[in-house]
Amino acid sequence: MHEDLYRRMLLLRLAEEKVAALYPQQEMRSPVHLYIGQEAVAAGVCANLKTTDYALGSHRSHGSYLAQGGSLKAMFAELYGRRDGCAAGRGGSMHMVDESVGFLGTSALVGGTIPMAVGAAWSARLRGTDAVAACFFGDAAVEEGVFTESLNLAALHRLPVLFVCENNLYATCTPLAPRQPAAAAEIRRRGEPFGIPGVRVDGNDVLAVHEAAATAVARARKGEGPTLLECMTYRWKGHVGPDADTHLGYRSQVELDL
Amino acid sequence: MPERQITYAEALREAQHQMLAEFPNLVVMGLGVPDPGGVFGSTKDLHKDFPTRALDLPLSEEANAGVANGMALTGMRVINVHQRVDFLLVCANQIVNHSAKWRYMFGSEAAMPVVYRAVIGRGWGQGAQHSQSLHSLFAHIPGFSVVMPATAGDAKGLLIQAVRAGQPCLVLEHRNLYGIKGEVPEKPYATPFGKARLVREGRHATAVAVSQMVAEAEKAAEILAKEGVELEILDARSIRPLDEEAILASVRKTGALVACDTSWAFCGFSAELAALVAEKAFRDLKAPVARVALPPIPTPSGPVLEAAYYPNALTIAAETRRILGRRGEAPSVSITNERSQRESW
Ligand SMILES: Cc1ncc(C[n+]2csc(CCOP(=O)(O)OP(=O)(O)O)c2C)c(N)n1
Ligand SMILES: [Mg+2]
Repeated sequence: MHEDLYRRMLLLRLAEEKVAALYPQQEMRSPVHLYIGQEAVAAGVCANLKTTDYALGSHRSHGSYLAQGGSLKAMFAELYGRRDGCAAGRGGSMHMVDESVGFLGTSALVGGTIPMAVGAAWSARLRGTDAVAACFFGDAAVEEGVFTESLNLAALHRLPVLFVCENNLYATCTPLAPRQPAAAAEIRRRGEPFGIPGVRVDGNDVLAVHEAAATAVARARKGEGPTLLECMTYRWKGHVGPDADTHLGYRSQVELDL
Repeated sequence: MPERQITYAEALREAQHQMLAEFPNLVVMGLGVPDPGGVFGSTKDLHKDFPTRALDLPLSEEANAGVANGMALTGMRVINVHQRVDFLLVCANQIVNHSAKWRYMFGSEAAMPVVYRAVIGRGWGQGAQHSQSLHSLFAHIPGFSVVMPATAGDAKGLLIQAVRAGQPCLVLEHRNLYGIKGEVPEKPYATPFGKARLVREGRHATAVAVSQMVAEAEKAAEILAKEGVELEILDARSIRPLDEEAILASVRKTGALVACDTSWAFCGFSAELAALVAEKAFRDLKAPVARVALPPIPTPSGPVLEAAYYPNALTIAAETRRILGRRGEAPSVSITNERSQRESW
């Protein structure tokens, strides 16, 4: 198991580093939101999913796509806008998809795929399968009304959903403090009013993520309903593009080095 | 003395700065307003001069737009900024069902000073969800104005008019125009809504263009001029209210309309223009209406598809020749308008 997790993380890291290295050639003409630093989240969660389960992502989803087993070649082809890309060259970086492994797609609208995961989970239930649906989203996505609406619906019907919040502390250049009141800072607790268990884990500790996700997936498969996983992590590159962004002044090199 | 030249982004910023000074009750708010980048430069450092009135907001578009409505009902003026018009669909309920209808619905004529600013994206593979041009959708709604500045001068003038007028409206900007310089008087001035801008006079056909397509129409006019075809160009700049008078007068003169839109043809702004001349200038038409618009598919991301997706000056020239029944020269140069910088989204 450890080797599997390590392999997944390494794949994500090496792939993203390759994107960063090749990007300045200006042949990948698509805005890239790199996953470097956050690998343990997707690796730890997806190691618990089967290819008959479902996963959906956000604008920053090279990681969850690859961790779920999405084709590496098709990802790079997509970044180059080629016909053999995972989205036939029509989507670009923000639109990873590989339905053959249950990766249903990603949205460039923050929060856009959260209710879709609830729908995939409900569909799995209605069709009598034991599939679960995981949705990966950032810490800012919980500010959208649709997040709370989706929690309500998933709890109401005890649907097999994993809400996976990749809390990297920032939305573009804005830290959490000016966006969410301190009392709400624990995103894991957002499910409490709906009776959804919330777990906060060190999102940089792949074993911790794996364990928490295993519990959540088991619960979901048994019909016990959704779980909200808050994975505390950190994005190493700028919000978008292959470069560091400390020159913008919203976070310091010291913070990045920690 | 020649006027000062500044960029479209700087013009937007200056307009907001001047309006914040003119109206002590004005708030400029939106995701990223006080960011280092300042919404592609258009709100840069406003918070330094107006710390309590240039505000960041959470990623909660529907709430943000509704908060703007609530402020507008209670003595404030609001500019609510969005980095893409695609995101306005998240708050369409507050805009379409609330902003646009509130006063009418309650039998009131009072002001409802909410201005939504949003940007049309284009280029660098940003794709289907970041490069729509949704003016027709919002202009469909009574009680709501939609303007689309094509120049730095109009970016400032139309935004100032939007704030001063105090009625719900959308100022729809184009990302590709942000870096383009134009003459912009330093003092605050308002460009009225519902008045088209005559860009170029001509006798043979009228191009009614908006936003980024105005520059393409100008290039097309240059190409056609060499062939002896004079294209008149009107920058509609105000989608609703629409300057019907100016458009009809021009089409009556030339007898031909080439509608040049940044969006799709079906149920779009170009369809509205076609309907207008069919209803009110039918007997003056000497040629069928041409519509230069996007192909009826979402924006593809790959560079080859993306380049093929957008009509340009050559398309406008070709369509003009087609309806005038003229043969044209094969294009010798390829004209593209893609920003090739990766900073572009
Ligand atoms: C509905 C919507 N509003 C705004 C944006 C612009 N935007 C893109 S990513 C982003 C920040 C998202 O932050 P977070 O959810 O924490 O994800 P992260 O980028 O940190 O992974 C914003 C504001 C968008 N894409 N969609
Ligand atoms: Mg984040």
